[in-house]
Amino acid sequence: MPDPDQKQLLGADDIRRAVARLAHEVVERNSGVESLVLVGLRTRGIPLARRLQQRIDEFEHERVPLGELDVTLYRDDVYQRAPRILSPTSIPVDIGEKTVVLVDDVLYTGRTIRAALDALIDLGRPRAIQLVCLVDRGHRELPIRPDYVGKNVPTSRHEKVAVRLEEIDGVDEVVLIQPVQVPA
Amino acid sequence: MSLEVLTRPSPARISPSPAGQLQPTHAHKPRRHVLDLDDFTVQEVEAVLQTTAAMKDVLQRPIKKVPTLRGKTLVTLFYESSTRTRVAFELAAKALGADTVSVAAASSSVTKGESLIDTIRTLQALGADFVVMRHHQAGAPYVVADEVSASVINAGDGWHAHPTQALLDLFTIRERLGRIDGLRVAIIGDILHSRVARSNLWGLGLMGANVVLCGPPTLLPAPDFCDGLPWSFLRTYRVDEAIEGADVIMLLRMQLERQSGGLFPSLREYVRTYALTEERLARAKPGAVIMHPGPMNEGVEIDPRVARGNQSVIETQVTNGVAVRMALLYLLSGLPA
Repeated sequence: MPDPDQKQLLGADDIRRAVARLAHEVVERNSGVESLVLVGLRTRGIPLARRLQQRIDEFEHERVPLGELDVTLYRDDVYQRAPRILSPTSIPVDIGEKTVVLVDDVLYTGRTIRAALDALIDLGRPRAIQLVCLVDRGHRELPIRPDYVGKNVPTSRHEKVAVRLEEIDGVDEVVLIQPVQVPA
Repeated sequence: MSLEVLTRPSPARISPSPAGQLQPTHAHKPRRHVLDLDDFTVQEVEAVLQTTAAMKDVLQRPIKKVPTLRGKTLVTLFYESSTRTRVAFELAAKALGADTVSVAAASSSVTKGESLIDTIRTLQALGADFVVMRHHQAGAPYVVADEVSASVINAGDGWHAHPTQALLDLFTIRERLGRIDGLRVAIIGDILHSRVARSNLWGLGLMGANVVLCGPPTLLPAPDFCDGLPWSFLRTYRVDEAIEGADVIMLLRMQLERQSGGLFPSLREYVRTYALTEERLARAKPGAVIMHPGPMNEGVEIDPRVARGNQSVIETQVTNGVAVRMALLYLLSGLPA
C-alpha cells in the first residue's frame, strides 16, 4: 500500500523515457560523443550515468568513458554533519580537454555541484563541464544551473524528493515525501 | 613443544559486519579521541579502512590536496623522537588543507619545567583542533584527553599503545591479502616493550586474525597477559614454529635502548635465534607479507635481503601511514548525526 505521505512523481517508465531523452540531448548538444566523459556523482548519479552510457551506446555504438566522483572532501558542510564513509573516486581517463558531463539524481541547493566542480578541476582542466540531473527541485543557493533536466518539480523546502533506482533501491521511482505533521 | 595458547580456550569472536552495513559509529556516540584500539568496534575499524582507501586515491592524484579541513590546526607534541609518525601526521593534515605546528618537547617550555597539562592547555589556547602526542609514559594521552576540547590522537605512549600504527598495519594487510579474518599473523621480537604489538593485538583480534606472539621468554609478556581479552593468542619461543604457515610476519624493532637489563644474553645470539632470514621465511605461506613498523635494525631482527625482498611491504606501510591518518582526521572532524 502506498504511503499516504508520499506522492509518486515519476514511475519506472517515466524514468526510462527521461533517461533516453537525456541521452539524445547530450549527444545532440555535443554533436556526437567524441571527447565526452560521463561522471556520476555518488550515490545515485552513478547508476544514472551508467544508464546514459548504455543508451548512448545503443544509438551511437560508442561507449563513452564513465567515471565516479565522491565530493565529500570538497563539501562546505563537513563540520556540520556526521562524517560519511568515503567511496573511491575513479575517473578512468584524463579529463583534460574533455567535455565532462556530470550526472546527479536531484539538483537542489547546488552545493554538491559546487563541490563537484572544485573536485573535477583538481583532477584536470576539462574543456567544458555540463550537468545532467534527473530531477530539478529548485531552491538554488548558488548560481548553478543544469544543462539537461529529466523533470522540473516545484517543491517546498520542507518536502523531500527521493529518487529510487533499481540498482540500489530495487525499484525505479521518484517520490515527493511530505514532512511528517507533528501534532500540536 | 606445541604452541601455548594464551587466555581462554574458546574465544568469543565478534563477527565482522556484512559488507554494505557499515555505519560510522559516530552516529551513536561521537568519537573525539583515538587513544588505543581497545574501544574501537569492527564497524569503526571498517569505516577507517574504507576511508583510508579513498584517501590513498587522493594522494595519487596530480594535486594531492583537498580542502576538507581548511582552517583547522593540528599540533604534534612529541616527547620522544619520531620520523615517520610525525611526518605522516603532518603530511596527512596538509593534504586535507589543515595547518600544522610541530612541537618537540626538547625545544619547548617543557625544558623550563612546564607540566604536560599546562603545555596542552597552552596549545589549546593557541587554537589547536587536533593534538597528536607521543609520550614516554603510558596513559599520558588519556590524562590530556580529559582536559581539552581538542581531539587527542595517541602517537605512542610508553609501552602501552600506538593505535594509528595498528590501523595502518590492518590496512596494509588487507590491501595486500584482501582480508584480515582468518589470517595467521606472527609477531616476532620484543613483544614486552612494544606498543605496536599491543595495539596490533587489539586490532588484529577484533578483525579476526589468528595471532602468534614469538620472542625470547624474557621479552614475551606473561602467560596471563591477555586475560580478559575476547580473543586468544598463541605464544611461542621458537621462531620456526611462529613462521610455519604464517600469512603475515610482523617484526618488531629490537629496542636496543631498553636492553640494559640483560633480558637476553647477546645481540649475536638474538640474531642467530630470531632474525628473519630467507631460510626461515621459506616456512611461511607462499606470498606471505613481511612487515616492520620501523625503524629497522637491519641485520638484527631482519636480514636486509628480506627487508628489501618482494614480500616486504615495509615501505608501503610508511606510505599508507599518511592515508590512514588522513582518514582518522577526517572521521574525527564531523559532528555527530
